[in-house]
Amino acid sequence: MVYAILFLPLLGSILAGLFNKQIGDKTSQILTSTFIVIGACLSILILLRTIEHAEVLQYPIFDFVNSGSLKLHWSIYVDSLTAVMLVVVNSVSALVHIYSIGYMSHDPHKPRFFAYLSLFTFAMLSLITADNFLQMFFGWEGVGVASYLLIGFWFHKESANNASIKAFIVNRVGDFGLLIAMFLIFSTFGTLNFHDVFIHAAEFSKKTIHIFGEEFNLITVICLFLFMGAMGKSAQIILHTWLPDAMEGPTPVSALIHAATMVTAGVFLVVRCSPLFEYSKDALNVVAFVGATTAIFAATIAIVQTDIKRIIAYSTCSQLGYMFFAAGMGAYNVAIFHLFTHAFFKALLFLGAGSVIHGFHDEQDINHMGGVWKKLPFTYVLMIIGTLALTGFPLFAGFYSKDAIIESAFFSKSFFSGYAFVIGILTAFITAIYSWRLIYKTFHGKYNNTHMDISKVHESGLVMLIPLILLSLGAVFSGYLFHNIYLGEESTKFWGTSIFFLEKMKEQEVPEWLTILTPTLVISSIPISYYLFLGNNNVVKTIVDMNKPVHNFLVKKWYFDELYEYLFVNNAKRIGVFFWQKGDVGTIDAYGPDGISNSVKKIAGQASKFQSGYLYHYAFVILIGVALIVTVLMIL
Amino acid sequence: MNFPILSLITFLPIVGVIAILLAGGTDDQKNKFSKNVAILISIIDFILSLIVWIKFDSLNKGFQFVENANWITNFVSYKVGVDGISLFLVLLTTFIGPICIFGAINTIDKKIKEYLIAILFMQTFMIGVFLALNLFLFFLFFEGGLIPMFLIIGIWGGERRVYASLKFFLYTFLGSIFMLIAIISIYWNMNTLDIPTLLSSKIPEHLQYYMWFGFFISLAVKLPMFPFHTWLPDAHVEAPTTGSVILAAILLKISGYGFIRFSLGLFPIASEYFANFVFVLSVCAIIYASLVALMQKDMKKLIAYSSVAHMGYVTIGIFSFTKQGVDGAMFQMISHGFVSSALFLCVGVLYDRIHSRLINDYSGVVHFMPKFSLVFLLSSLANVGLPGTSGFIGEFLTLIGSFKVNYIVTMFATSGVILSAAYSLWLCKRVIFGNFSIKQDSNVKILDLDKTETLILFSLMVLILYVGIYPNSILSTISTSVDQSILGFAKNIPSTLITK
Repeated sequence: MVYAILFLPLLGSILAGLFNKQIGDKTSQILTSTFIVIGACLSILILLRTIEHAEVLQYPIFDFVNSGSLKLHWSIYVDSLTAVMLVVVNSVSALVHIYSIGYMSHDPHKPRFFAYLSLFTFAMLSLITADNFLQMFFGWEGVGVASYLLIGFWFHKESANNASIKAFIVNRVGDFGLLIAMFLIFSTFGTLNFHDVFIHAAEFSKKTIHIFGEEFNLITVICLFLFMGAMGKSAQIILHTWLPDAMEGPTPVSALIHAATMVTAGVFLVVRCSPLFEYSKDALNVVAFVGATTAIFAATIAIVQTDIKRIIAYSTCSQLGYMFFAAGMGAYNVAIFHLFTHAFFKALLFLGAGSVIHGFHDEQDINHMGGVWKKLPFTYVLMIIGTLALTGFPLFAGFYSKDAIIESAFFSKSFFSGYAFVIGILTAFITAIYSWRLIYKTFHGKYNNTHMDISKVHESGLVMLIPLILLSLGAVFSGYLFHNIYLGEESTKFWGTSIFFLEKMKEQEVPEWLTILTPTLVISSIPISYYLFLGNNNVVKTIVDMNKPVHNFLVKKWYFDELYEYLFVNNAKRIGVFFWQKGDVGTIDAYGPDGISNSVKKIAGQASKFQSGYLYHYAFVILIGVALIVTVLMIL
Repeated sequence: MNFPILSLITFLPIVGVIAILLAGGTDDQKNKFSKNVAILISIIDFILSLIVWIKFDSLNKGFQFVENANWITNFVSYKVGVDGISLFLVLLTTFIGPICIFGAINTIDKKIKEYLIAILFMQTFMIGVFLALNLFLFFLFFEGGLIPMFLIIGIWGGERRVYASLKFFLYTFLGSIFMLIAIISIYWNMNTLDIPTLLSSKIPEHLQYYMWFGFFISLAVKLPMFPFHTWLPDAHVEAPTTGSVILAAILLKISGYGFIRFSLGLFPIASEYFANFVFVLSVCAIIYASLVALMQKDMKKLIAYSSVAHMGYVTIGIFSFTKQGVDGAMFQMISHGFVSSALFLCVGVLYDRIHSRLINDYSGVVHFMPKFSLVFLLSSLANVGLPGTSGFIGEFLTLIGSFKVNYIVTMFATSGVILSAAYSLWLCKRVIFGNFSIKQDSNVKILDLDKTETLILFSLMVLILYVGIYPNSILSTISTSVDQSILGFAKNIPSTLITK
């Protein structure tokens, strides 16, 4: 059963990718989708079984690397954490596959698209089912490549190609950290198997390491490098720049990869390595700080963006920040819970946005939409459900997980708990504002599109709406249904060995004002946002006019792209040219082979002048020679 | 004495050459005959080397299938044998052989007969280098290989072929002189040139340094290491496609082999002494060559610089003296043999159709050549070192092996993974993606891969993926020999990094 979950997507990908001529467009779409749907059903079975009695299953496949003390296998490892991830990955992937049948119906390269989607699913599954760092890295890079291929799917678009390369290279910067972390782990523990590393973590918790003469705690250094990898993949501040650009890819891709699954791999990594992170308070503090900062940073940008997909992308970035700071507080189960609920409502929002874009014939700017809620009734309702879930409206999925995160910050004794708590609440409010801004600008107000008539806006077909409806069920109920299992009293039993807590989390009574505060802010944001973006446009205009520099700063996304372009891209190119022209051509060749051959020629040329053929030249040389010899003899 | 299968593998190509030379008939008949002979011979050679692999005992610590015959009395014996390290390099050579011959038949249009003779000669010399168990014999093959390569570049090369071939020849020849001196001094001091005997005896310490350096210069030029690398881009650019393939896939591997066999085996003390020096040069190679590769305008030059960077990992791995490091170096060499061959063949495919190697002359090739684009992309990703492809295992093992020994060097070397992604993917973006536009004279329809090209390239792709996913297929066979090569360093190298 587990083998089927892992290998059906791969099979589907190969069939659709290499044999699409033989089996045809239709079959390859249906085949890949069916395979993933089977996988999704099996994953749900596994999760239910794990909820009943937590157990760790391990299925070996074959030897991977065997080099001295480095012995690794390909295998499938399923514990509670993996079981939760399996459901997230497979169910969202299945729905995205089905949705894409409708969304991509006009594209000439359908089989290729489905092959990539299935390939991605395979890589993601091998990431979450790994039992050692190297196999996880295989999946980690595999999803990176699939993401690269899918962002650049419309390969005739220059911007899509640039975005895909950017995504891959920024991720590689993170991978650099992950690789160093693996090297450190191997030189410390002598193995890369999760189990062997984690059971020995305590022994090494006091060890230090000398880097450039300074002493550092070993586990802290390992964790920080691991987190560098996580920052790349999960688009945390500094390494976040690729995620908004990744929206160049088709919308189903954004929903699957850049919202629900791949970008959460970093959170998964931190939680998976909780046995290491627990021994390093410093590393956890860094995680919390970066997470909280990203949460608010991305939210401030989301509020001024006008591209519907980019708004949701920054929102994803911000929600990932939430997950990280939960993990940084040591509340790993809360982080995974938010990952779980977020997958449903964010995928719903993206696919809903896709439906809007589809309805508007590829218009993405929310300033060119508006007033179409009657034309897109289903999409409208579903988007509202997604927004309610995202903002944490009471009883919707996000309500349970986001409140749990804020509470975890409230109770935590971590160094940054106060910072995270304030930011958590503030960001929840900003999130609500920009989410409703999106809804109002897209569906309400005046119709603002000059390119096409409102009558041409059309609702999507059933094949696109059904996945949306299923996701909306997740967005409504996933919080209510699972919060007891993931967070409640039973949770310790459920998570078993998959999450490690150094200190037991105590159940504490949440003060009343806190249980009311966030929901109040969230609910009040609905009329506030209405007033700002629909009721009275002048207010926003005045604010923007008064704070032009701030507004520009936000619209330009805090100038990260410009900074990186200037610092890294240009300099790398400049140094490349310098090394090539001044190094290879100008120095090594000029003084090496070319220089030597030139000087040989020159010397030979000079030497040949001696043989002039004139008698008096020779006589002169002989005379000088004799004179010299005589002089030397006389002196001696 | 058993059946001399190793000698057969080595000299079978020469038999082919003789057959081609003796053939009669018209020119067309001669060409046809020589093509058939070359294909047949190279395939038989490959099968024979597969037999050696099957019969190879991976637990045996010494050399196997040894053949020994007196040649120049009391001085040089003809002695060949194989161990885990040479086995895969021989297999790589005999595998690349048929690929080059198929490729040459497909693309070379002038003097095909002579070209095939050069390739066959090349094959004999390269196999001989890896199998020779006598330093004199080794040097003979080592130098012999220069001549056919010189001719391949000089006769069938591009516009600046004379410059490139001379640069190649003189550069490597100059390097070899130092090795020759070292070999002569070994003979005068040890009274033997027999490699197994030398491996088990100890060369006096004070001599090791000079001899190590003699070998080093020669091998460093051939690898090539920074700053002796400038001949490589020129040679690659001017060489015909299949010449580049031989150069990248096999010729460069001689140095890696030499480092493991001689530097580590014969001069362990000196190797340890100079290890940091080699590390620094290797890291320079990785970063410097990657940055230069980034800015290249000619595809072949780009791949040539990327080869220099990839060879940097090989030397880092070897001079870490750890099991993972040397395993990784071996793996990296084999992997680079596949990947660089595939990339050069890809450039050749484009050149045959459009007659340009300049990146700017291409865009959106995928619109007309989807199959080709798949191969090109996959090879580039293998070049980047994507897990699941052979390129990753080599890089990963060399780095994990060297990290314990010198973490600073390893961290710098690891930054190469970012740069390799940059230059490889940027190349892909500019050549195969984007809108279709190609500078060309006429509106000839651009055809996708033909049958031969598909066969060659897809077999390379299968191998790249196979050894990437199941690296143990190689690692388990080389394990014992690699253990032997680092035996002299068995005392645990103290880790500088982690303190109690």
